[in-house]
Amino acid sequence: MQPERLRLLRNVASIPLADVPVLAGAEFRDTIADHVARDWRVMALYGRSATAGVRLYAVLGSGERSQLAIVASEVAGDRFEALTPRVPQVHWFEREIAETFGLVPEGHPWPEPIRSLGGQTSFFKVAGEDVHEVAVGPVHAGIIEPGHFRFQCLGERVLHLEIRLGYQHRGIESTLVGGPDRRSLALLETVAGDTTVGHGLAYARIVETLGGAEVTARADVIRALALELERVANHVGDLGALAGDVGFLPTASYCGRLRGDVLNATASVCGSRFGRGWIRPGGCGFDLDSRRVRDLVRSLETLSRDIQGAVGLLFSAPSVRARFVDTGRLGPEQARELGLVGPAARATGLSRDVRHDFPDGIFRMAQLPVSTWHSGSVFARAYVRWLEVQRSLAFIRELLAWLPRGSALAESSAPPLGPDRLAVALVEGWRGEICHVAETDSRGSFQTYKIVDPSFHNWPGLGIAMRDQAISDFPLCNKSFNLSYCGHDL
Amino acid sequence: MFDISRTRLAQGYRTKPFPPADPQLSESYRGLPALDPGLCRSGCDACAKVCPTDAIHAAAGRPNLDLGRCLFCPECSRACPTGAISFTRQYQLATSSREDLRLEGEALALARSLDERTRKLFGRSLKLRQVSAGGCNACEADVNVLGTVVYDLGRFGIQFVASPRHADGLLVTGPVTHAMREALARTYEATPAPKIVIAVGACAISGGPFAGSPMVHDGIQDSLPVDLYVPGCPPHPLTILDGLLRLLGRLDGAPAVP
Repeated sequence: MQPERLRLLRNVASIPLADVPVLAGAEFRDTIADHVARDWRVMALYGRSATAGVRLYAVLGSGERSQLAIVASEVAGDRFEALTPRVPQVHWFEREIAETFGLVPEGHPWPEPIRSLGGQTSFFKVAGEDVHEVAVGPVHAGIIEPGHFRFQCLGERVLHLEIRLGYQHRGIESTLVGGPDRRSLALLETVAGDTTVGHGLAYARIVETLGGAEVTARADVIRALALELERVANHVGDLGALAGDVGFLPTASYCGRLRGDVLNATASVCGSRFGRGWIRPGGCGFDLDSRRVRDLVRSLETLSRDIQGAVGLLFSAPSVRARFVDTGRLGPEQARELGLVGPAARATGLSRDVRHDFPDGIFRMAQLPVSTWHSGSVFARAYVRWLEVQRSLAFIRELLAWLPRGSALAESSAPPLGPDRLAVALVEGWRGEICHVAETDSRGSFQTYKIVDPSFHNWPGLGIAMRDQAISDFPLCNKSFNLSYCGHDL
Repeated sequence: MFDISRTRLAQGYRTKPFPPADPQLSESYRGLPALDPGLCRSGCDACAKVCPTDAIHAAAGRPNLDLGRCLFCPECSRACPTGAISFTRQYQLATSSREDLRLEGEALALARSLDERTRKLFGRSLKLRQVSAGGCNACEADVNVLGTVVYDLGRFGIQFVASPRHADGLLVTGPVTHAMREALARTYEATPAPKIVIAVGACAISGGPFAGSPMVHDGIQDSLPVDLYVPGCPPHPLTILDGLLRLLGRLDGAPAVP
């Protein structure tokens, strides 16, 4: 490794903007490709307007070394050479850059916009006498977020699936510029409503590292509690929904209720089922008194038993296994090339988990085992969730047992942010790696706030997993990834 | 089979006895905000300064609150130096008009039931098409919860259907992004008349946290005629259910404030 080509940093750290090496285009691409070849990943690749065109930033990470790195490059004209042919995991990042700044990504295999903002766009088409096309969305049959799926099929068999999103684009990143202000936290908590704690925590860590604020040990523990409750609620909900998609109603019914009860546990602390306001820059918005801790311990004990019963049925039913096993397979090599994260990556056997690889807060002290499975199928994605539910519940019990003394509450006013700095914060949300990168201007206000939801990495994975599958298995495969549309669209 | 029966027994009966029984909400739940202008200091606007969505104003010592913009976050009550703002546990929040959500000290006028003719049509069987018009998916998640065994929406004759052609109305969430504007309008057109529209959540009512972004239309506004407004970010499933039942004339009278 040549350190001068990269600026190394750790998770939840900030550096002076001037420290970011700005390389020539070819050197920038070579640096990224060289590192990806040595098992680094691209956590974020994004652009921002600069005086002489567009400045591109890449945040790279190596889980093995617990190390992050940042590097930049400037694009002067109206085009840049695409890196996607060499590094497929930047596929959507480069499409986003092209779309946002109106640049041409030369050599990109499929340079279509990813948020449909440009009006009419073309779809990949497979030609042939018996090939037919199925278009679904943006308004779906269930209570689901809007998105468009275009299938190229030969009979029942899917040859290609193209996913076109953008219907939820609300302009969050541009609204955050000029902050932090009184609206920032609300915007971050609604990047993806089901990941309120995950994105809220990443934002809090960005503000804390830029402002040099310390967080108490008690706040660290309570934040982990909030994060793990969010994981358990969503995973339990997903297991129920997967059961529903294969018509196994007992687990579907029970998990629907159990997910709600986990959300209610969150609400019992902070008043919001989704954890709104629980995490704040500087600490927590709500603390737990000893009675609340006792109540939580008791209710989680009952919940754990009920979840065990409900999910136990799911995995022991032959009719469920028949539908889960071998459906929607993705291998570890594909997952690695596509840069998948979270349970979808771990279900292919890849060991990737921010809590383990880039630990922050209480995760520096208490390491959870990384839950993996090898088969990359719907079964594996369901089973990894189940392993994580059990480990998170056990971890929550530990957290509640050794809750440090002191206060967890955040001060009402956060310290001002350091000027001309860049900060990175990673959090393992329930869908996987959440990456926030913020850059401040000379007054200490955000001049860029980049959000990478795990779904951004994983949507292309769903497209590949659907190849050669029956189109009737799409709902099941889609649910097994359960990606966020709004987290992608921002 | 034996395991399924045994688990079924262990899981128990989980449907809430609401209505008529009052539901149990946690002590921390933030429902209808209560304003006491008598406690306001003259010239103080501490609440307005911290509100993320400009939902609260303190003009001439009289705080006024727009529930349609309110995220029910604790910021204003935390910032208030005199305790003039507090959150009650009243979960009944749905209204029939946008104006009814703007509070200046008067009691919240809860939703009226549909007119007699429409209520006769929909009172015992209401099929809704949900349209997610942007947003963060939290409202959708808590609408979905109404389908679980806990709320068992089907027992009230209310059901979400897969096509607007089968629907009696739309339940809309989200701030209506540019990209969803046409899809929403076309879904409304495809729904046979008579039809109703229900706006769920701060986004659909006012744009919520995204209000003012050039990428959204700040909610349904005047683009569709709305019959029921359900405020919240997101509203509690009970708040949505209460609103639906009021609209259908199946819950009457003022709520007992817990």
